[in-house]
Amino acid sequence: MTSAVLDAHAAEHDDHGPAKGWRRWLYATNHKDIGTMYLLFSLLMFFVGGTMALIIRSELFMPGLQFVEPAFFNQMTTMHALIMVFGAVMPAFVGLANWMIPLMIGAPDMALPRMNNWSFWILPVAFSMLLSTLFMPGGSPAGGWTMYPPLVLQTGDAFPFLIFSVHLMGLSSIMGAINVIVTILNMRAPDMTLLKMPMFVWTWLITAYLLLAVMPVLAGAVTMLLTDQFFGTSFFLAAGGGDPVMFQHIFWFFGHPEVYIMILPAFGVVSEIIPTFARKPLFGHDSMVYATASIAFLSFIVWAHHMFTVGMPLTGQMFFMFATMLIAVPTGVKVFNWTATMWRGAMTFETPMLFALGFLFLFTIGGFSGLMLAIVPADIQYHDSYFVVAHFHYVLVPGSIFGLMAAVYYWLPKWTGNFYNEALGKVHFWMSAIFVNVTFFPMHFLGLAGMPRRIPDYSTQFADFNAIASVGAIGFGLSQLLFVYIVLQSVRGKGKVATAEVWEHPKGLEWTVPSPAPFHTFDTPPRVRTDVAFE
Amino acid sequence: MMRKLFTGMAGIFLAGNAVADWGFNMPRGVTELSAETYEIHMVIFWWCVGIAVVVFGAMIGSLILHRKSRGVEPAKFSHSMTAEIVWTVIPVIILLIMATPSAELLIKLEDTRDPDMTVVVTGYQWKWHYKYQGEDVEFYSSMSRPSATARGLDSGIDPETVDNYLRDVDNPLVVPVGAKVRILLTSNDVLHAWWVPDLAIKKDAIPGFINETWFQAETAGIYRGQCAELCGMDHGYMPVVVEVVDADRYQAWLNNQKSGSSAQLATTGGE
Repeated sequence: MTSAVLDAHAAEHDDHGPAKGWRRWLYATNHKDIGTMYLLFSLLMFFVGGTMALIIRSELFMPGLQFVEPAFFNQMTTMHALIMVFGAVMPAFVGLANWMIPLMIGAPDMALPRMNNWSFWILPVAFSMLLSTLFMPGGSPAGGWTMYPPLVLQTGDAFPFLIFSVHLMGLSSIMGAINVIVTILNMRAPDMTLLKMPMFVWTWLITAYLLLAVMPVLAGAVTMLLTDQFFGTSFFLAAGGGDPVMFQHIFWFFGHPEVYIMILPAFGVVSEIIPTFARKPLFGHDSMVYATASIAFLSFIVWAHHMFTVGMPLTGQMFFMFATMLIAVPTGVKVFNWTATMWRGAMTFETPMLFALGFLFLFTIGGFSGLMLAIVPADIQYHDSYFVVAHFHYVLVPGSIFGLMAAVYYWLPKWTGNFYNEALGKVHFWMSAIFVNVTFFPMHFLGLAGMPRRIPDYSTQFADFNAIASVGAIGFGLSQLLFVYIVLQSVRGKGKVATAEVWEHPKGLEWTVPSPAPFHTFDTPPRVRTDVAFE
Repeated sequence: MMRKLFTGMAGIFLAGNAVADWGFNMPRGVTELSAETYEIHMVIFWWCVGIAVVVFGAMIGSLILHRKSRGVEPAKFSHSMTAEIVWTVIPVIILLIMATPSAELLIKLEDTRDPDMTVVVTGYQWKWHYKYQGEDVEFYSSMSRPSATARGLDSGIDPETVDNYLRDVDNPLVVPVGAKVRILLTSNDVLHAWWVPDLAIKKDAIPGFINETWFQAETAGIYRGQCAELCGMDHGYMPVVVEVVDADRYQAWLNNQKSGSSAQLATTGGE
């Protein structure tokens, strides 16, 4: 079989173990070490961004200002979004890609290990720079993570730091994407044809192409902001013949694929987990691939649905409405296929499965509000209200974040060699699932009743739902401390020892290497296990 | 069912809360198109509820029936072209059913022809400016004094004691009932958005560009909204108030404005 694990004779080579101390991490080229660093970095950013969310929710607990000035409030909403999008969700998925793609396709490492090191180490620099703006004159950027001009040009000293940190994040993402593509296309086990690839690998391949396509667009947009501010250009300044709305078109040409960049790998994770715990192959593997590719394609032609109130021509609005509604079709196919995978399986409900199911139900709710938002006449009311805040948090928190949590619980025993505490894991799931709804469900009502987003204070008729949402947010935030504790316990080797398979006959090459996965795996390419072919 | 559930929840929170315009759903509004917008919102909502019942029903049924603890043997099937086609075609049909009325309503919303009057609305950081075209009437509209006093950190004033906290202005936009009012929107500095839920209008105010929208209010009254596009520090303090009055009162108000005899611009008349 596939005994591609580092064996005794490899010890004769002098450079095969990890370096000692800080060198191991700073000079890391091993995909597992880099994956670990990505995951820990994103966890740290998750708490930094989460703290900002709690400042926002504390201020919004009741009408009137209690804690912060409006200017600082705007800095918090802006920084919360930038940090969660670029610092928490995206790097976490890159961390999973680093750890799991080589293990799932039977490759010894990522194709470009030194670039891998670069793409990680850029991130702490970028986020130190971004976070340092909190202490600058004028404070952090406060014009929203969408950086719409002309408002963003009113940013104080923080402005160039905002632009350069976005450049750096983009650079990191592009390098990571190149690495993923090159690895997947060149380093698969000999028998693993493209359609035999696990869904997680497939979704990441497509995600990587999205990243390659749109991160340069974002870089271009923010560079134009930079030259507008400092070099006298007027790309977006009407007074000089420019167009502020053009920025929005360019930004959302990046921004809409970006939301799929944050969700497609989660689709992949869920597609791995549900078959394992339903003990049944993934239903419609190939149609899942085609659905993912369709979503990726459609994501390029729907960007202006973020802009239905800017005053587009009627035909433009029609086109973007219909194209957006169309996305419901491949997304529906995915949800139905997951349901069919569960159907007549023999399910058990360990923590990874609970998070995957939480994803399935709650992401679908986010999908419904997404469909509602596609209807232009209704969107004119929903736009820039708390209804939108509810929508995108439903797809991002119980969507992307639950997908990430599910992945961590699913593969943690493979990473550390020890199970997490199952009882605590379930407590963590139920607390997260309950509080996420307490936080975000009332926001639908707030938006429909007329509360705009990004305001530090509100009229008194919005008080009740805001209070509920704030209580939920604090509960959700505290629940995540439990997650850290659970992960640390497993890392420290406390917990049941895991076998190589970890779960009950899961599919995939990652379960053929021992737990914890040795520093080097698949020195010789494995054979794809025909007994568990990915039909 | 959902509606009852929501009403029930609302009832719990509503107890002891005397705010009249407390809501948890989109308002039906006071124009023909706001009512149509509300209808289409409810139709798509009920479609979603219907789909949710089917999909979540299948999921929950599966979670109950197909669990290992019941001793079931997992089935082996892994694909079905028929099923894939069915659950591709059915959503397409539902979308087509939804697309038609949405497009029709959108066409009506965009039809700004033949207005009875036109108001140019200009966004400023952080107030609105209204100019009645052809009438030589223009004025700024800022948040009213009581809210402005109460809004500060440590103001010591309980917002509950302020009438229409953050949603009241010194000079509202006054228009006659039943008139088709065309709104031309622009901005003097950054992006703003002019939003009045009861009129089902939200449109961005963009410096250097003029946007168009319209409404025709069928009922007199005071309709409140606020800026919906982040416009800087005081974005939350830029209310929009539209006062719809009968034709006579509108004419009186207009004459009053033109003569400039009164500093108190709005004739809210005992409101």
